[in-house]
Amino acid sequence: MTTTETGTFDEASLVRRAKQGDSSAYSELVSKYERKVFRLAKNITQNDEDAEDVLQDAFLKAYEHLDDFQEQSKFYTWLVRIAVNEALMRLRKRKTDRTVPLDEPVDTGEETVVREIAVWEDDPEQRYGKTELRGILDESILSLKPAFRTVFQLRDIEELSTEETAELLGLSVPAVKSRLLRARLQLRERLTRFFKRKGDDVFAYL
Amino acid sequence: MLTCKEFLQELSDFLDETVDPGLRNNLEAHITACPNCFVILDTTKRTIQVYKGVDAQPIPEDVHLRLMRAVDRKAAARRQPNAT
Ligand SMILES: [Zn+2]
Repeated sequence: MTTTETGTFDEASLVRRAKQGDSSAYSELVSKYERKVFRLAKNITQNDEDAEDVLQDAFLKAYEHLDDFQEQSKFYTWLVRIAVNEALMRLRKRKTDRTVPLDEPVDTGEETVVREIAVWEDDPEQRYGKTELRGILDESILSLKPAFRTVFQLRDIEELSTEETAELLGLSVPAVKSRLLRARLQLRERLTRFFKRKGDDVFAYL
Repeated sequence: MLTCKEFLQELSDFLDETVDPGLRNNLEAHITACPNCFVILDTTKRTIQVYKGVDAQPIPEDVHLRLMRAVDRKAAARRQPNAT
């Protein structure tokens, strides 16, 4: 093993040790991914309590089924699939559900999604502190419709393929693509308010 | 020449580099001629990058502790399948 492979090597060996019954190895995997799984769960359920339940259920289920995990795929991708299924199950179970099921068709067509076109600063992240930047990003993604937010989360944050995303959410590939486009454009629009270069407002209506 | 609307329809696939070479040439020709779409392309690309680049926040300490306890219980149950 060369040092450049350390990252993947560590994970593979942790998974192997966990499979052999080393619980401290599994705890390390939990510590490594708990933040990401919690964020994912929260972005789908939009609720801290549900997100915590999803977090626990996902890691416990993954532990239970560790022997089924095929080591040629990435552990995190496998974990994401489990977490997304848990989160979707929880959404469906919600009694007083006002949210639209994620696999329901949404109107992605005629919304005017590009209202403002403005050049961003070269390094807009520098204008905000780390915490403030996170706040902007979280608030912006939470303002998207669930149908768009989940697709963006899986494709662009968790880096699942279009096909994997479609399968997990019970959507067609074209539906995933059209939701992803809307999600990206709407987020772009929101971030533009924070990141645009001061003093050169250009408004365009397409 | 593609219209801006046509360009926008292909924006996602263009960013993901999943368009065929012929269409890609047309899209590239469009942004060379259309500053608006150039800016939209650039800022959309950076939108994705900024989300990818920010780590998830640490989870609340009590949530972390409850998770670790649940995992420990599971581990104990794994070692002694007959224990409750
Ligand atoms: Zn254009």
